[in-house]
Order: sequence, then structure tokens, then C-alpha cells
Amino acid sequence: MSAHDNSAPVTQPASFAFTPENLKKAQAHIAKYPPGRQASAVLPLLDLAQRQHDNWLPRAAMDTVADMLGMARIRVYEVATFYTMFNLKPVGTHFFQICTTTPCWLRGSDEVVAACKKKLGIGIGETTADGKFTLREVECLGACVNAPIIQVNDDFYEDLDGRSTEALIDALARGQTPPMGSVTKRQTSAPEGGATTLKDLSFAGGKR
Amino acid sequence: MLADKDRIFTNLYGQFDWRLDGAQGARKRGDWDNTKDLIAKGRDWIVNEVKASGLRGRGGAGFPTGLKWSFMPKQSDRPTYLIVNADESEPGTCKDRDIIRHDPHKLIEGCLLASVGMGAHHCYIYIRGEFVNEAKVLQAAIDEAYAAGVVGKNACGSGYDFDLYLHRGAGAYICGEETALLESLEGKKGQPRLKPPFPAGVGLYGCPSTVNNVETIAVVPTILRRGGAWFAGIGRPKNEGTKVFCISGHVEKPCNVEEAMGIPLRELIDKHAGGVRGGWDNLLAVIPGGSSVPVIPKSICDTVLMDFDALRDVKTGLGTAAVIVMDKSTDIIKAIARLSQFYKHESCGQCTPCREGAGWMWRVMERMVQGKAEPREIDMLLEVSFEIEGHTICALGDAAAWPVQGLIRHFRPEMERRMHDYRIQTARAAE
Repeated sequence: MSAHDNSAPVTQPASFAFTPENLKKAQAHIAKYPPGRQASAVLPLLDLAQRQHDNWLPRAAMDTVADMLGMARIRVYEVATFYTMFNLKPVGTHFFQICTTTPCWLRGSDEVVAACKKKLGIGIGETTADGKFTLREVECLGACVNAPIIQVNDDFYEDLDGRSTEALIDALARGQTPPMGSVTKRQTSAPEGGATTLKDLSFAGGKR
Repeated sequence: MLADKDRIFTNLYGQFDWRLDGAQGARKRGDWDNTKDLIAKGRDWIVNEVKASGLRGRGGAGFPTGLKWSFMPKQSDRPTYLIVNADESEPGTCKDRDIIRHDPHKLIEGCLLASVGMGAHHCYIYIRGEFVNEAKVLQAAIDEAYAAGVVGKNACGSGYDFDLYLHRGAGAYICGEETALLESLEGKKGQPRLKPPFPAGVGLYGCPSTVNNVETIAVVPTILRRGGAWFAGIGRPKNEGTKVFCISGHVEKPCNVEEAMGIPLRELIDKHAGGVRGGWDNLLAVIPGGSSVPVIPKSICDTVLMDFDALRDVKTGLGTAAVIVMDKSTDIIKAIARLSQFYKHESCGQCTPCREGAGWMWRVMERMVQGKAEPREIDMLLEVSFEIEGHTICALGDAAAWPVQGLIRHFRPEMERRMHDYRIQTARAAE
């Protein structure tokens, strides 16, 4: 089982409330599900709360969501601790999730991890002193033909190696946001140098 | 090799506009073409056409899709649901991601047609939480489909009401298991349900439901347009159609590609992925269908065909058609140990054999990587893997056991050699 790291105590805020804009979004999520089934909205609402709260989910936000959805608080805590995308303690501005599962490992994720550690001077699970970067090792991110991959907040950076990982960190540290996707600029999941298929696209301009 | 005219996913790499009405958008590429007429042909026609196509589920298990749809009740006083499984997390697999971000309208149109085929008026697409940008594209595509009137009330002017919602997960491999997905969609921890009852009887909110993979649903509109016989004419009997393969690991050019089912593994790698790094003779082994299926050594890879039955015959599986290639530089024991770590991490904790067994196997595997074990422990590991396999509510226990079993089946001498080397090293160090 995956387990959240509860080793360090976290200073919890006393209260949490959705902004009016997010409250509207929350209501739109709840409306996707049949009446009486509003608990279905727990994942989207927790995600919304986390996005509002610097990418981590305090206890007060879980309580707010539980009250909104008419769920027992413990049920929401269960959900928040079961799913790995909920951060139960603060994380850095640039939240690095490095995939090290076999397909990424075969393509050099060890080098990517080493580059992150060296460049940032922190280990896996740690945050830099300035609060800018957090490193986490994660399981398969689902972009294996573009391995190795780091997910920085919402965005995937693909086809990395040690050098491009360091360049990514440098750019982020300078306040830039490099374009997501393949850092070698290849076209998404097509083979490097161009696709071997989909060349006869006479039909692409018209219906078959 | 499959001809381009027979490829379904014409925008696999995002060369064109995914939007509905762009100059090279979805409609121009044939999506949403006379969907109303297809709906008018009725529920039975749709199911029969899909049955005739031979389509088997693309999420890994390969269950015949038309047959699965026919399990849905003809009459129901409760709502019925189509649930699309976009929780793509099987290591090696990244095909649904491309369909979602580059060809979302094939999926949306497929949702409508499949729903008509099983009398469902509501559909939820459950996408893995990490696919934030992919979910944005899909939501935008759903929004424009509503705006164009192709979904929603009186979808495509057919008189059929159809609502479609996107639901994002939050990081849990297990939610790709269909009943765990339903639990998660209901707002709970994603822990699989005992079957029976099967979802077709008691699914989402206790209502009849069918859960299908993204690729399975996205190929449906093309099958209905071109006819089941066209799809069935590709591939081999009982293994028909086209398939998106994901080729990762030690190849020159890792990629996704849509090919005919039953293509020889070697041809797939050589033609599309630029060959094995260092040439075919540098191949050590391949995991042919995502991390859950057993590894096969080069001797099998030389000739094996890539479909459900051919791979089953060599004691592995097509799974999600995620081909993970490993060349001779690979520490094969470590590669499999890393998968054991994956399953240990992803076990939902519900069943003891999986929760405890997956962690136990991983710890033993880590020792095996170092060679810090006795040869008799290989048999013990194998025995424990059989105690996990088949003794859990869902297939995650099996999936944790199979990679280890595959390793022992084909690479036992390597494991023993590692132990031998370790013994010699420690003996030397002691001198």
C-alpha cells in the first residue's frame, strides 16, 4: 500500500472556505451526479480545495468538503489519505513528481533523480529551504514512450536526461515555465525523426 | 503492415486539430458523420455489428465487447450507465492518453453510440488524476459537443437523450480495476468489490453499468461506419482489428503506433520503433503487454505474434499491448523487482495475500537483485506467488505475481548466478 509520510508535524490552518469562484466550480461538480449521490464529488472538491490552498490539503479543507457533501468527516479523511495526489503537508512551488517505474528506469530515470538531488541539494520527499522545490518519487505516470518523465505540478516534461533535467530546474528557478511535453521537441509520441505511419492522409482533408 | 486507410486514429500524434470544426478538425477527419443514421439503426444492430467485428476489450482482459454489452438489461426501471475507464496507469501503457488529447471526438462519439447499444443515457469518463492537461482537452471537447448538439438532449437530432460527464481520479492504479473505479466514482476509497454481482447487474449507484476502456469505445464509431466485417478482416480469427501499441524501453525510437493485431513482435519493433538498441541480437527480453504480464526471453520474441491468443500460448498476455523492451545491458532481476515495488505500492490493502504478499515478494526480490539469497528461496518465492495469485478479490494480486513468475520461468539461471557471485564476493571479502 502507499502511505503518506506523517513523520513531521504540520501546522494546520484553523479554517478553510472556498472562494466564491471555486464555490461555483464546486457546485458545478456536484451537479454532475444524481441527487443524493453528491459524495461522488469528493475527489473533484478535494482537488479544488488543494489547488486553492497552495497545492496541499489541510484538515480544515477536508472538513469543509465533508460538510458540503453531507459526508462523515472520517469518510473524507479516508479518501484524502488513500489517493496519492492529495498532499497532506505543504509542498514547494514546483512540485516534482519523478517517475521511476520500470519503463522510465530503463530509459535512465536514475540519472534524472540524481540530477534533481544534485541540483537542488535535497533528497526524495524533501523541500528546498526556500520552499521552491519539492521532490517526490512516483509510480508510472502513463507516458512511457516518452520516458523518463517528471510531472511538475500539472505538466509533464518528457524524454529527459540528466542535462535536460538540470536545464529544466534552472529555467524554473529563473521564474520561466518551459513548454511542457518532450524536451527533445519530438512530436508527442511519434518516433523520433518522424512518424512511420499516417503518411497517406489523403482522407485527412475529407471524409472517408 | 496495416495500410494508412485502415488506421482508425488518424490524429494519434496530434498532427491535426482535435477540435470539432477546425480546418483539419474532427468532422473533417470523418468523426460525427451521419451519427444520427447510425443511432437510427437501433440498439440491436449496434451490438450485432460490434459482435461481428470481433472487437475484444482493449483494457487488458480482452473480453468480447459486443457480448459484454449484451449483458445489459433490455428493460430497466433504474438508470443504466456506461463508464469509460480512462484511468490509464499500467506501466508501459500510454495509448489512451493519445486518444484523449488528440482524438477526443472519436471517444465522445463512441460513448454515444455504445450507450445507444446498451440503452444507457448517462456516461461517466473516469480519467486518471495525473492527466490534468489531457482532461482539459477532453472537457473542452465535451463542451463543444454539447454546444453543437451532438450530445445532450436529442443528441445529433436522433431523439436520443445522452449526458456525458468527465470525472478525474486522484492517483490510484487500483481504480483502473472496474469495480474499484465504481467505488471511487461513488466517492469512496478505490477498493474492488466482490463479483458477482457483476456491474451489468449492480454497478454504479447499484444500477446496471458497463465499464469499457477508452480505446474499446473510441474504435466503435469507425467500426459501425465501415462495418464489423471490415474490422474483422484485419488480424487473425478471434484476434481481429487494429490496436494501438506502446513501444517503450530499449528501442531506438520509442513510440505509440496503431497496427494490425497479430503483427509479429519483431516486425513491430523494427518497423516502427527503429529496432532494438544495438540490434535485434542485443535483445534480452520483452514484457509484451504492460507490467502485469510475464516477461518473455528473446527466443520467444523472435517469432511471437502480438495478439491475445498467440501471447497466451507462450504463457504471457497481450494485456494493454504495452511492449517494454529490454536489451542485454538490463539487470532483468532489478527490472522485475521494480515492478514488485510498484505492486506493493499500489495494492489497495483490502485482501491480505496481496497487501502482505506484494510487499514480501518485493523485499525478497530486492535481496535477489543483490544475490543475497539462497537458491531454494527461488522456489519459496514461486510458491508464495501462487498463494497470492487467484486468492484476492481483484486481479492486482495476480498482476503482482505474474512478473515474478515470468522471471523465474525464464531467468532462473541468471538469479542463481547472481547468488553464486554474491557468495564468492562475500567469501573473498572475508579472507
